[in-house]
Amino acid sequence: MNEIKCECGHINPEGTVLCQSCGKPVEGNQHIDGNDEQQLLNMRYDGTARRSQTYNRTVVDKIWNFFSSVKVGVWLIVITVIASGIGTIFPQEMYIPSTVDPATHYRDQFGILGQIYYQLGFHNLYSSWWYMILIAMIGISIVIASIDRFFPLYKVLKKQKPKRHEAFMKKQRVFGTTESSEVDITRFKQNLKNQRFKIFEQDGHILAEKNRFARWGPYVNHIGLIVFLIGALLRFVPAFYIDEFVWVREGETAVVSGTDGQYYIENKDFILETYDENDERFKEAIQKQGGPIPKNFQTDAVIYKRVGEPIPGAEPELEKVKEDSAKMNQPIKFGQFALYQASYQLNEFKEMTFKIHDKDNEDTNYGEFTVDLTDPETEYELDNGYRVEVENYFPEYELNDGEPTSVSKFPKNPAFVFSLYPPGDAQPETSFLGIGANIDASGDNQYKLGLVSFDVRDVTGLTVKKDYTLPIIALGGAIFMIGVIQGMYWNHRRIWLQPKSNGVWIAGHTNKNWFALRREIGKSIEGTHIEEPVDQHEMKS
Amino acid sequence: MKESTFKKKRKRLVFRTAMLVVMAGLVVFAVFSSLKGDDAVIAKGEDAPNFQLNKFKNDETVTLKGLEGKGVMLNFWATYCEPCKDEMPYMNELYSKYKEQGVEILAVNLDATDIVVEKFLKEYEITFPVLRDKQGQVMDLYNIGPIPTSIFINPEGEIVEQVQGALTLSKLEGYLQQITPE
Repeated sequence: MNEIKCECGHINPEGTVLCQSCGKPVEGNQHIDGNDEQQLLNMRYDGTARRSQTYNRTVVDKIWNFFSSVKVGVWLIVITVIASGIGTIFPQEMYIPSTVDPATHYRDQFGILGQIYYQLGFHNLYSSWWYMILIAMIGISIVIASIDRFFPLYKVLKKQKPKRHEAFMKKQRVFGTTESSEVDITRFKQNLKNQRFKIFEQDGHILAEKNRFARWGPYVNHIGLIVFLIGALLRFVPAFYIDEFVWVREGETAVVSGTDGQYYIENKDFILETYDENDERFKEAIQKQGGPIPKNFQTDAVIYKRVGEPIPGAEPELEKVKEDSAKMNQPIKFGQFALYQASYQLNEFKEMTFKIHDKDNEDTNYGEFTVDLTDPETEYELDNGYRVEVENYFPEYELNDGEPTSVSKFPKNPAFVFSLYPPGDAQPETSFLGIGANIDASGDNQYKLGLVSFDVRDVTGLTVKKDYTLPIIALGGAIFMIGVIQGMYWNHRRIWLQPKSNGVWIAGHTNKNWFALRREIGKSIEGTHIEEPVDQHEMKS
Repeated sequence: MKESTFKKKRKRLVFRTAMLVVMAGLVVFAVFSSLKGDDAVIAKGEDAPNFQLNKFKNDETVTLKGLEGKGVMLNFWATYCEPCKDEMPYMNELYSKYKEQGVEILAVNLDATDIVVEKFLKEYEITFPVLRDKQGQVMDLYNIGPIPTSIFINPEGEIVEQVQGALTLSKLEGYLQQITPE
């Protein structure tokens, strides 16, 4: 390693642009910050050696340097932004109907572009491996770029000496010379102190500095981003994050998904309330809407905890935990979990009551029976000697190639084949009953079964949430904001004063808000006979 | 001077390598976790998770653990599933032959009502044991998507094969042979 010894005696690491101690431009390294083509010095990182740009020997160094580059970081962000944008052109897979095959859906709905979209994997963009790797690379780039810049900058600001090289002074953006023997240094220092500058002195050379901590703003900000990313990463760990869904029918008890069979929920009642149409206040809005407007979705539920070791499938022994209601934004909370009201289905058939009557006279009634659609019996005995056998039951009836079948286990369109046994030894009469269908199998039945009434129940859909990542993400956001504020509302300002045989030189530097720096210099030189320095950058343009 | 420079360089290399390894580890973890979430099948070669279910119309409970040493075919089905109806007769045909050789067929039914299952079993004259999974817990445990899905478990309790869709007679026999104890 070639160290660079400056004429001031300080030894700088390889790659240094400006001496860490006196600021003298190091010969042969000026191209690194582009100083060779400029009149003024580029004060980025105070001309310190960024390690990334100096060591490039092993593979590890090469990878490190790749991620350290701001240029690479910017490109990674640009690529991610473009990809994220493309992901919003067509709906993501989770937003297309779950019943369709995505392979054909995108082509059918959006044509050839949709097909390309699907085949390139944009339909599942935000969880695709390459998108995640892009985000991860941004994260790595943030970490490495910060490490590579923070430590050298911290060191150089710590090592800086008030005594600066002439070339450094001359090449500052704010610079001025004064030829006078009456310069009042004591007054100058007092003026600076009044403006809360910290003063460092060395052989009559003065460095006045304030708000150095503003320079750490971007790094604090990056730490916040990293904490945020780690929080997002922890969402993959079930111990930190669970997002599941559970459907429960009124009167039924179901396992709460995502809890490893630990918790059960019983749906006592699902309530859907709408705004009163007769209320003067809502009348107009309801008419505009053209239908009732929901006011409240609510599930009254009982939460149970399983006693003992869970074996999936085995009848659980349950212990009541609590009875509570889940409403919009008011979840039922138990253990580490919260159940949010998220969806519902109204009026699923629960019970149907039939009566036996004469085929030609609906007013006769030979008895009634009620079928529980969740568990129909095979046979119903009526008081007066009539007997009905359930030959077949189709919860969701459909005709398939002339054969009656059921397409699901849910009683959405129930249909039955009944055999009616009249009292005595009479032959059974078979008929088919469904919604809007009542078919006499033989054609010469004497009796007929008719639907008298039915009972419905609702199904509630609840989101099961466990989220310990939110505090981490919030912490990351807070740190991020602190970093932004730190770097935004404070500016790092430095003023150098160099005694000359007859008079002084003065130079100033800030990372932003040059106008304010010049105003502060103006105030500092009041009554000191120091001439106001000029902004060499403005003069040039 | 030389000595300290060398040390510094070495320290730097160690630090950089450690940072890169940690970050690469996090990335691998994230990508792996997200891909695993998409995968709706239980992996071949893994141990089949234990469960306990009741036999249909019978209070006799069956646990997978209790069948260790036997080959087990788990068939997830329902009466409303058309392809299930096609493969049921094949299972019926091969059941008694393979039962003698130490293979158990367990048909896990996912229907809601007993009556439809009863009618079905009568119509198809099913001889092998049918288990009821009304809550769908075992179905969730095995990440079953579309039915029918069959899982073949060897006498050591490892999953040998998972098959989605109806089986043909010859395929079924092939899989059953794979899990027959020696």
